Amino acid sequence: MMGEVKGLQPERLLEVKNLKKYFNTKKGLLHAVDDVNFFINKGETLGVVGESGCGKSTTGRVVLRLLEATDGEIIFEGKNIRDYNKTEMRNMRKEMQIVFQDPFASLNPRMSISEIISEPLIVNKVYKDKADRMKRVRELMSTVGLAERLTYAYPHELDGGRRQRIGIARALALKPKFIVQDEPVSALDVSIQAQILNLMDDLQKEFDLTYMFISHDLSVVKHVSDRIAVMYLGKVVELADYNTMFKNPQHPYTQALLSAIPVPRLDVHRDRIILEGDVPSPINPPEGCRFYGRCRYRQSNCLNVTPELKEVGPETFVACHYAGNLKPAII
Amino acid sequence: MNNKMLLEIKDLAIHYITVDGTVKAVQDMNLEIAEGETLGLVGETGAGKTTTALGIMQLVPNPPGKIVSGEIIFEGENLIGKSPNELRKIRGKQISMIFQDPMTSLNPVMTVGEQIAEVVKLHENVNSAEATEKAKQMLLKVGIPAERSKEYPHQFSGGMRQRVVIAIALACNPKLLIADEPTTALDVTIQAQVLELMKSLKTEFNTSMIMITHDLGIVAEVCDKVAIMYAGNVIEYTDKVNLFTTPKHPYTIGLFNSIPDIESDVERLNPIKGLMPDPTDLPTGCPFHPRCDKAMPICSTRVPANTEVQMGHFVKCLLFEEGVVR
Repeated sequence: MMGEVKGLQPERLLEVKNLKKYFNTKKGLLHAVDDVNFFINKGETLGVVGESGCGKSTTGRVVLRLLEATDGEIIFEGKNIRDYNKTEMRNMRKEMQIVFQDPFASLNPRMSISEIISEPLIVNKVYKDKADRMKRVRELMSTVGLAERLTYAYPHELDGGRRQRIGIARALALKPKFIVQDEPVSALDVSIQAQILNLMDDLQKEFDLTYMFISHDLSVVKHVSDRIAVMYLGKVVELADYNTMFKNPQHPYTQALLSAIPVPRLDVHRDRIILEGDVPSPINPPEGCRFYGRCRYRQSNCLNVTPELKEVGPETFVACHYAGNLKPAII
Repeated sequence: MNNKMLLEIKDLAIHYITVDGTVKAVQDMNLEIAEGETLGLVGETGAGKTTTALGIMQLVPNPPGKIVSGEIIFEGENLIGKSPNELRKIRGKQISMIFQDPMTSLNPVMTVGEQIAEVVKLHENVNSAEATEKAKQMLLKVGIPAERSKEYPHQFSGGMRQRVVIAIALACNPKLLIADEPTTALDVTIQAQVLELMKSLKTEFNTSMIMITHDLGIVAEVCDKVAIMYAGNVIEYTDKVNLFTTPKHPYTIGLFNSIPDIESDVERLNPIKGLMPDPTDLPTGCPFHPRCDKAMPICSTRVPANTEVQMGHFVKCLLFEEGVVR
């Protein structure tokens, strides 16, 4: 999983500082991503989890500048890529790619598999010679486990697992360093999901890739990630390595989220925390902790003072005033 | 299981006859559900779970669907062959269904109160005022304030909408509730709320339930027994404890190995190789044999029969069948 070298300080590939993305809507300003900070080391996988509307996909897109951030810095290999102009950004895109959730919607139905995979190579003028390009396409297809006979097939002829392999081959075409995986296995059945997860693990080792893995499925995120960021309503509420997070979740939301997963075993009995109510609207969110309304441990100052993400242990960050010292709510 | 049998499915087969060929969506199915019991129906896309549910409700779209053979015996009477009028009295009253997507199963131009009252008026001898009152009670039961009965589905969140669907399904106190992936469209914390609600209402009303799901975690949580489906066949059928402690069929074992386990650290998953077969062109013999790592030469020619490996534990696999040369 982790390409770590003992004794060496891990090298940071990406760092995000005070990242904000607001959308103007008729009802007001939607705070999709609100002051988010995290970093990803070279060769590791950062899992980003949260429920619908928490801002995880938006974060993935803003990091790649597929959406322009409202504010903040995106530092990739030491440089703030938000300062890059169009040409610089286009060169940059070779380094950072994305795999989308829905392999049915993210592939052009009128292009054959070889056309889809060669498109990034054509756009970036990687090969002068068509024969070289086709050689690379065949190589990519074999890397992701697509049979050569499918070279001229169209997406509708294939099942979800194979389509997702095309999406992965396309992302790998330009030999990127960093790939945002936006719910890459959510649309797949479990047996196929496991095949794709194994493939992504192999590719990460083979090509020394760094992943940002976005998912709502905590079991999957735990399986693939070195570190995990939990998001709630546009904020990162907890960030820790997967072991620490699963053994000792600190934020009340993380605790509830982990307890809510149905576990496919009979020998495990966990005390389930049932959260009341729904996620509130991200439009014009009030001051204070965004989890206030659903929290079992809320105190009076949680309503007014926004908790910052602070370090509570080695590389463990929690955005809760009472982390490690939770007391039942009196209100 | 001393309880009275509520539903018995015997040798059921449902086919879809299409221009591309005949899809054998359900084959040789035998299941039983006692009063108050919950059966989990588990399988991947295209395994035949939803077709089974539609078959029980007698709602298989015809054409192209056709119940080719078998019996569906509900409280001693075969549902197959009943007239549309008789069936209308059963659906919504004796047997109700919850669908996966609450937005498409609710009527967007009717208030949620009206939608609950509609079922009550249809099946019970009540006037409008009484039905409206009953609708409010049902809303309260599923944890929605009664004053919201005048609101429309779009004014509710996904989890709340699914609660409304549950309220409609349980309004006439049905004997059997069929829930088709009721929480798949919901977030995990909302899923936990809805599952908790379904469990408590099921106990309160002593409803039997068929829970259709692809999530073995949900099975562990709510089901008493489980039927695992693959390519139209129930390939393993037993109570929950047997399934989780001594799964027998290689497909069931493969499913367990494919799920990342949240309770332990597994470096690498051990998925089932290959893909679901084309439903119009199923493999000969055992439909799972091309993907099975225990396949023997005979598996490609001989269709496995339903074998009882131990009391109440049925497996369709030649590894466990007597008189098979291995």
